[in-house]
Amino acid sequence: MKRFAALIDRLIYTRSRNTKLALIVDYLRHTPDPDRGWALAALTESLDFPAVKAGTVRALLATRVDEELFRLSRHFVGDTAETAALLWPESEKPLPFRGGVGVGSSSVAPAFETPPPTPPLKGRGLSVSEAVDALAATSRSDAPAVVAFLLDRLDADGRYALLKLALGGMRVGVSARLAKQAFAQAFDVPVDDVEELWHAIPPPYAPLFAWGEGRAERPDLKDVAFFRPFMLAHPLEGESVDLADYAAEWKWDGIRVQIVHGGGETRIYSRGGEEISGAFPELVAAFDQDAVIDGELLVRGEVQGGEAASFNALQQRLGRKTVSKKMLADYPAFVRVYDLLAVDGNDLRGLPWTERRRQLEAFVPRLVDSHFDLSQVIEANDFDDLAERRAGARDAAIEGVMLKRRDAPYVAGRRAGLWYKWKRDPLIADCVMMYAQRGNGRRASFYSDYTFGCWSDAGELLPVGKAYSGFTDEELKWLDKFVRDNTLNRFGPVREVEKSLVLEVAFDSIHGSKRHKSGLAMRFPRISRIRRDKPAEEADRIATLQAMVT
Amino acid sequence: MAKAKTWVEPHPGGIYVKPADLWIDPSRPVERAAVTHGHADHARSGHGAVFATPETLAIMALRYGVDAEASHNQAFVYGDGFERGGVRFSFHPAGHVLGSAQVLMEYAGERIVVTGDYKRRPDPTCVPFEVVPCDIFVTEATFGLPVFRHPPTSDEIAKLIGAVRAEPDRSVLVGAYALGKAQRVIAELRGAGWSAPIYIHGALEKMCQLYAVHGVDLGELRLVSETEKAEMAGQIVLAPPSALNDRWSRRLPDPVTAMASGWMRVRQRARQRMVELPLVISDHADWDELTTTIAEVNPKESWITHGSEDGLLRWCELTQRKARALHLVGRDLEEEA
Repeated sequence: MKRFAALIDRLIYTRSRNTKLALIVDYLRHTPDPDRGWALAALTESLDFPAVKAGTVRALLATRVDEELFRLSRHFVGDTAETAALLWPESEKPLPFRGGVGVGSSSVAPAFETPPPTPPLKGRGLSVSEAVDALAATSRSDAPAVVAFLLDRLDADGRYALLKLALGGMRVGVSARLAKQAFAQAFDVPVDDVEELWHAIPPPYAPLFAWGEGRAERPDLKDVAFFRPFMLAHPLEGESVDLADYAAEWKWDGIRVQIVHGGGETRIYSRGGEEISGAFPELVAAFDQDAVIDGELLVRGEVQGGEAASFNALQQRLGRKTVSKKMLADYPAFVRVYDLLAVDGNDLRGLPWTERRRQLEAFVPRLVDSHFDLSQVIEANDFDDLAERRAGARDAAIEGVMLKRRDAPYVAGRRAGLWYKWKRDPLIADCVMMYAQRGNGRRASFYSDYTFGCWSDAGELLPVGKAYSGFTDEELKWLDKFVRDNTLNRFGPVREVEKSLVLEVAFDSIHGSKRHKSGLAMRFPRISRIRRDKPAEEADRIATLQAMVT
Repeated sequence: MAKAKTWVEPHPGGIYVKPADLWIDPSRPVERAAVTHGHADHARSGHGAVFATPETLAIMALRYGVDAEASHNQAFVYGDGFERGGVRFSFHPAGHVLGSAQVLMEYAGERIVVTGDYKRRPDPTCVPFEVVPCDIFVTEATFGLPVFRHPPTSDEIAKLIGAVRAEPDRSVLVGAYALGKAQRVIAELRGAGWSAPIYIHGALEKMCQLYAVHGVDLGELRLVSETEKAEMAGQIVLAPPSALNDRWSRRLPDPVTAMASGWMRVRQRARQRMVELPLVISDHADWDELTTTIAEVNPKESWITHGSEDGLLRWCELTQRKARALHLVGRDLEEEA
């Protein structure tokens, strides 16, 4: 547990992605099975102990620590697991002297009435796998005693790690994608293989480590609903392509998903390979064919007459573990199918797009049409014709055009010349800088995150967005100096600036939003130019932006 | 025996000792002030006469231009003191920073100790805290919650040295309060065998010199402003907390941001300050030190001043000790702890 505790502590404070990666790589290489597998599962929130919940920990604390002191401490610290980890009374304090009466001394710590079944443990410490075994084996009624038993064997950092392991909510900024990359890097295996195997093997992933270390064959994935790494596109920048070689499809503005049916089970994966089946139960239920599809998950909008709504509407359904009936009714989800990766036990990924497309068109009618439809190929005469159609597309959910090489197989990742994404030209608005905040990592000393606004009819500047990219290093230096020289107020890490600098902001689309006072939210805003020449009064008005809402 | 409440008055701006017409650590200029130590929230400029230890007077001279030599200001070594208005005042080590003292007052058979700030664990830069028996113990409570248990200082110093060695291309920039914490971190590093030059922000220079004059060996210190960037790779740099993540830090080679403070015990606090390497090193007593000290001094009554008064009050209640909270103003807990 010591190594795991040290790892999550380092991850909490490290903002650099590469450093996080290096930390996990080092841990995986130097930690034995099955600890490293459980640790990996904990980092990616893949563990669940139904018998142990936050209430268990609160109730347990009440038996060891005065309630008022716990309340005051919890209020100060702001997190139950951390408060409990720090408060937990230790039998031996590492101080040169011992207090007469400490928290949790005999005066306030009642013993459990009947001694609970304690897990059989060797030695004095506690390994990650011993902790996992104990937490998994316990019942709801024994849980407080078991957790107490485990906490007694750890120091403050270890207790924090244990409680986060037990309760989830690690919040160390490690995505499933990052964890898989770390695995690939640690054992020098292709990340695509790791992506495929990951979801097929349950924690603590012993066969995965055995394969990574060259001690065993690649695990067999027959009869498992495993994830296939997505094929991705490069942006099309200025060049044109011959439509004889490339097929064109609309690029829909939802989330890219893969739906896999295998071994009697249906799973939905997002682009990063995170499983999101729980958020879309209606799609899981409706997909009953032995196949793997690649498509865009969208929701139907009333305004759009039951057609695909903007990304804004879809956001209501994202990031949920369970969904209410009302959510299902208000934001009905469907998938617009782009590709067919496997069907009836056959892997189609090696076939050219033309052939996969032929099979896809034959396959889609087998699916429930309220929840699945076919992404249409755009029939354009030539590239200029396509450019014209792209420019004319007004659909709320169209983000641009995809170009796919007709003879290309489905390959993982972003390969040159196979797929292109050709986004719609960004929208542009002139906004006024209002607030600035410092960045992270290398940008920690620069004010690099800007909130900007436009003018209301009443002549008030209202925030419409926030951006932290699009400028060069030179421009960043200039912007940083501007912020420092024109600060009006400081609110913690945020500075309010003189409302005098116009920023030209580019964004993909703009939507209504209840979150901001302006009632607007931009998608992918970035600074496209600094308009030192333009007076702030001449920046755009909210009304102008409202007219761009799709 | 006199009743303390008749001769000592706690006010939001300090503690007033009536028979002596003297204030302890007043937040506004007064005619006569006894000062426990040199931190700005206890020592202010503009008093008529200052009574303090020689080190505290020297610090006040450096920081606030107080004339330490002037005849109306009086210096007293530990154990020594003076009498005024029938009150016997004496100064006793508090173990907080160089020159920090508890003030003991004896009047009509009653003894009151005002701790100022204090800690109990060893500190190579100052004389350790002494338990002074008394009737009323006026204690600080910066870390008066049981979540605050500072780990052994040697562990934190080892963490710091480990971080420097792990990334030889980067410097580790430690935010440390300019009076006390900075010199203690340096002295602890020396004690752990770190003999390389330590690089400091200009704001630390004079205080480090003052410590050296008072016999605290800090080894070789170099000013960041006079050093080439490349030289500081794989080295330790100290600066006041306000200089972390500011433009000043751009002159360092890709610094790892560290901070030495008791607040670093709480992860969210450290994250808010964008600290990558939190070092739980404090010049204030942690929960165990506070409670142990009250138990050892065993006063008839404890008066709890700045910090988490509620937590310590609750402990006194649970252990059936008489206590009350004084609500003093102007104590700056954030930067220096």
